[in-house]
Amino acid sequence: MVKKKAKAKKVVAKKAVKKTTKKTTKKVAAKKVVAKKATKKVAKKVAKKVAKKVAKKVAKKAAPKKAPAKKIAVKKTLAKKGGDQLFDSLLELIRKTSAEIPGDIQKVILEALHREEKNTTAEYAMNIIKANIELAKKKSQPLCQDTGTILFYVSHPVGFNQTEFTKTVHKAVRKATEVGFLRQNSVDSLTGKNDSMNVGPGHPDIHFHEHKKNSVEIKLMLKGGGCENVGAQYSLPNQALGAGRDLDGVRKAILDCIVKAQGKGCGPGVLGVCIGGDRGAGYVQSKEQLLRKLDDENSVADLKKLEKDIVETANKLGIGPMGFGGKTTLLGCKIGTLNRLPASFFVSVSYMCWAYRRQGVSLKGDNSIAKWLY
Amino acid sequence: MKKLDYPFKKEDILDLRVGDMVLITGKLFTGRDAVHKRLHDGVKSPVDLQNQIIYHCGPVVIGDKKKGFEVKAAGPTTSIREEPYQWEVMRDYGIVGVIGKGGMGPKTLKGCSDYGCVYMHAIGGAAQVLAEKIKSVDNVYWEDLGSPEAIWELTVEEFPVVITMDAHGGSLHEKVQASSEEELKKYL
Ligand code: SF4
Repeated sequence: MVKKKAKAKKVVAKKAVKKTTKKTTKKVAAKKVVAKKATKKVAKKVAKKVAKKVAKKVAKKAAPKKAPAKKIAVKKTLAKKGGDQLFDSLLELIRKTSAEIPGDIQKVILEALHREEKNTTAEYAMNIIKANIELAKKKSQPLCQDTGTILFYVSHPVGFNQTEFTKTVHKAVRKATEVGFLRQNSVDSLTGKNDSMNVGPGHPDIHFHEHKKNSVEIKLMLKGGGCENVGAQYSLPNQALGAGRDLDGVRKAILDCIVKAQGKGCGPGVLGVCIGGDRGAGYVQSKEQLLRKLDDENSVADLKKLEKDIVETANKLGIGPMGFGGKTTLLGCKIGTLNRLPASFFVSVSYMCWAYRRQGVSLKGDNSIAKWLY
Repeated sequence: MKKLDYPFKKEDILDLRVGDMVLITGKLFTGRDAVHKRLHDGVKSPVDLQNQIIYHCGPVVIGDKKKGFEVKAAGPTTSIREEPYQWEVMRDYGIVGVIGKGGMGPKTLKGCSDYGCVYMHAIGGAAQVLAEKIKSVDNVYWEDLGSPEAIWELTVEEFPVVITMDAHGGSLHEKVQASSEEELKKYL
């Protein structure tokens, strides 16, 4: 991984050289002359150093000081020069998402491991999960072979070019598949054909949201098929469950889903739940709940209580990791609401496996990564 | 911790019981949805599966036949989708083990008893730990099904699994399902 990082840096440095040569000032030219005089080896080194310095300086200069200029800068970079840098940032986002579990998830997984009794199959499973998390990170390879549905959530300022962005996402996804950060995982539903590149109708699935900030924020979730398959949608009232149109009914529906999912979704997992909406919006919202950090608190008191209660109750059922029996069945539960029609009352549940791959970045004006969001 | 070594023998399989943690050393053949569907449709397996183990897995493999293959990730996939077909494969091909995740249903459990086979649960999602246990990719069959769906012949060393369905009618899945449903009643 160290090697890879070093390589990546080299590539970036080389690109920086290309980009910056045109813009370099006399100063650089002078330094270049010095470099020429030196031996070839040294020349190379110096040139690289200079390039790096210049790249930094240029980047700083390019970063505008006044707000209005910023807007224009965002637009320009996306439309023209930003393509390459955006591609690099997206590829790195995909790599990191696929190989490294976010800190909030890792924390609860370790807690779960310590809760299980020694020498049980549950502890055995949690130990292998822990080892897997460490190994995937070290090798910079997919945490799980099912690299899942590729879900992008993009928050962007007014005037953002979604078409160009989508093109670059497709390019980055193809590359990520080629180098093995992603599995060849997208199949034509009629012909069964796998295009090998993860790009096709509905895949990757990109959700755009306009926001008031000037920056672009991209969140990525890789959601495996095993856990997606055990998601469920309930239409209340549900007679078989004795679930009415109230929070108690919602609770019964969620607990039913947990019992039915046992063993199949690579537990211990996390639930994203949406109360309300139509069938489509309900599922979309249930997944967006999974973008919340595990340690955040629901601002709605009733939901906060329900989230806690679901986790506690689920962990009393003895389903355990992988359904082997044990103490940890659920690592978290996040619940949101949407308005509904008077005639409908849906509870939509998305199940996320322990291999909870989600990451996010906010981008600088030049589309390089400013900050990791998880 | 028990060990199961290649060539796999019926006696060794009959020794295994639900709850056993086992390390497998030897050969595995991957086979998931498309493979099972094709076998069920009457197409003959391209390899002899007598006394072999089938692994429900769609690995991430890079490379090609000339350069050689490398497995980048290889965890189990959900087994229950093969429930309609698995017992037939036990009957027709004499396999002695199935590795997957999530467990399987009554048809497979009966198949295990009738034909002397066990269901072994690998740790779902542990693609890297499990890929490390794969020492070589020896062959690939039915590549036309696409890389994750093809039959990959793998040699593994100390591949960790838990027996969750044995050849004597035992199923951990049935047990946990029943007890968790009972338990849930207390909290409703
Ligand atoms: S459910 Fe999650 S951990 Fe399990 S195989 Fe699918 S993606 Fe991997």
